[in-house]
Amino acid sequence: MTRVYLDHIAATPLHPLVLEAMLPYLRENFGNPQSLHTAGQNAVAGLEEARQRVAALINADPAEVYFTSCGSESNNFAVKGLALAQRERKNHLVLSSIEHQSVLHSSKSLEKLGFKTTLVPVDKFGLIDPTEVKKALTKETALVSVMLANSEVGTIEPVREIAQVCRAQNVLVHTDAVAAAGNIPVDVRDLGVDSLSLAADQFYGPKGSAALFLKKGTRILPFLDGGIQEGGRRAGTENVAGIVGMGKAAEIAKQEMPNRLKKLIPLRESLINRLPQKVGHLYLTGHPDKRLPHHASFVVEFIEGEGMLLFLDMKGISVSSGSACTSKALKASHVLLAMGMDHALAQGSLVFSLIDETSAGDIDYLLEEFPPIIDRLRRMSPLYTKYLEEKAK
Amino acid sequence: MMYSEKVMEHFQNPHNVGVIKDADGVGQVGNPVCGDMMTFYIRVKDDRLADIKFQTFGCGAAIAVSSMVSDMAMGKTLGEARQITNQSVADELGGLPKNKLHCSNLGADALHKALEDYENRKKGIAAAEVQESAAHGDEEPCSCPYCEGPLEELEDFCTKCQVELKECPSCGQLTNKTGEKCSHCGANLATI
Repeated sequence: MTRVYLDHIAATPLHPLVLEAMLPYLRENFGNPQSLHTAGQNAVAGLEEARQRVAALINADPAEVYFTSCGSESNNFAVKGLALAQRERKNHLVLSSIEHQSVLHSSKSLEKLGFKTTLVPVDKFGLIDPTEVKKALTKETALVSVMLANSEVGTIEPVREIAQVCRAQNVLVHTDAVAAAGNIPVDVRDLGVDSLSLAADQFYGPKGSAALFLKKGTRILPFLDGGIQEGGRRAGTENVAGIVGMGKAAEIAKQEMPNRLKKLIPLRESLINRLPQKVGHLYLTGHPDKRLPHHASFVVEFIEGEGMLLFLDMKGISVSSGSACTSKALKASHVLLAMGMDHALAQGSLVFSLIDETSAGDIDYLLEEFPPIIDRLRRMSPLYTKYLEEKAK
Repeated sequence: MMYSEKVMEHFQNPHNVGVIKDADGVGQVGNPVCGDMMTFYIRVKDDRLADIKFQTFGCGAAIAVSSMVSDMAMGKTLGEARQITNQSVADELGGLPKNKLHCSNLGADALHKALEDYENRKKGIAAAEVQESAAHGDEEPCSCPYCEGPLEELEDFCTKCQVELKECPSCGQLTNKTGEKCSHCGANLATI
C-alpha cells in the first residue's frame, strides 16, 4: 500500500546518518560520561560534540545548552525553574493562550504555589500581539512564555518583538521552539530570549532527546536534583546515544535547511491552494504566510476529525487532528478555540505536516483520496443534511 | 488500533445510514460542541421497527455505535427495542475504549428518543412541538461524567446528581471535586 506520512508535528523519521552516528554510543561507547576512564571519556567526547552542534543550530554558546528528555521537560524546566528562582520578588506569569500544555500546566502548578497567570489572547490567525503582552506586564511579572511556532496551526509568532518589550521591563522571556527549531532559522541572540526549548524528534533526530537553551548568567532552579550532570541543573546519567543523535540531527538541519525550505514551501503552498478547490467548506487555520514551511492545517465543516483521520489511515496517509474525539481528554483544541473558532467547526480540525521525503506525488495522492472521504462522512452527518435543507429553502 | 475489529467494520461500512422522509419517530441526541451528535429515524409497522436510519456527526466509535444500534433494533418490537441498553451495544461491538464509552450511551439514547417521539405522536402531541424539540436538540448541553445528566459548558456542579466537579489538572477531564483520585486517569488529586 502507498504510505504517505504527513504527521511531522507528531514525530519525524530518524535520518539514516543520525542512526549511524548514534550506534557506536549504544555499542562500544557505552560508558558513563561521569567516569574518568577511557570508556567514560569516549562518551564525554560524543556528548560535548553534540552540545556544540545543537548550540550552532540556534547560535548559542555550547555552555548554554542543557540536555533534557523531551520538549515538555524543557518547558517545565524553564517555566517552573525561572519562575521559582524569582519567587521572593515576583509572582506573576504571562503566557499566550495557545501555549503547549507543558507550559500551560506548568503555570497551573505554579499557581498552587502562589503565582498568578495572565493569558494573552491571539487573533483569528493565532498571532500574538506584542502590545497585548506589554499590557499584561506588571511589576510582579517574573516570566513571559510565548511559543515560537504553534504546532497545531503552524503560525510563527513575533517572539523577537515580544522579547524586546519584556527586556525593556526587565522580565525574562522563554520561548517554546519545539515546533520551529531545526525547521526554520532560529537564532537565540537575534530573538533576544532568555531560554528556548527544542526537541530532536521535530528535526529527524530520536525521541527522548531534547534541550533547553538558557542564557548565560540566568538564574534557574535545578529541575532534577542529584549529581553534577548538566552543570548540576539537570541531574541524571545522560542519554548519550540520544544526545549524540540530536547533535547529528542539528548539524544536518543547519546544513540542509535552505534546501528543505526550498522544497517544502512550494509543496505546502500547492496543498493549501489546491485542497480548498477540491473540497467545499474547508478553511485554512493559522496564518497564511507566517507559518511553518512544512505545515498546512484546516478545519472541515460538518464532520469530525477522527473519522477523517481513520479513513485517511486506511489509505496509508498519516495525519493529526485536534478534535475533541481524537484527544484522550475529549476536549476541542484550546488553540482553535482561543482563535475564536466555533466549537463545532473546531471538531473538524486536520493537520497535514510534511517531512523531508514528502513528494509532489504524495500531495497528488492525498488530493485524490481525501475528497471522497469527506463526501462519505458528510453523507453520514446530520449537520450536513441540515445545511443542505436550509440551503434548499 | 485502539478499536476492536467489530468497531472498525461498522465504522468503515456502517449499516442503515440516511434519513427517512416522513418518519414515524425521530430522536436526536448530543451536540457538535461535545463532539458527537446522532439523529435516528424510525418507521413503525405492526408494533415493529420496519425501518431505521441514522446520521451521525462524531468519531469512529460514535459511527460504529449508531450502526450497531440500528442493526440490533431492526425488525424488533418496540418493547424489545426499548431493552437495548448502552452496555449491550458496547458488548456487541466487542468493547469500546474507556474514554469512548459515552458514545455508546448516545447511541441507545438516540434510539430511545425516537421511540418516545413515536409514542408522543401516537398520543397526538402536535408534530410541530416534536419538530421544535428536535430542533432544540443541537443546543443540548454536554453531559455529567457521573450521571450522564446535562451539563452547561464549564459548569462545575452537576445539578442532576449533585456532584461537584472540577477539571483534573492531569488529564483535563471532569472529575469529582472532593474525590481523592481522578476518575479518568487515576491521578492523585491531593498532591497535584
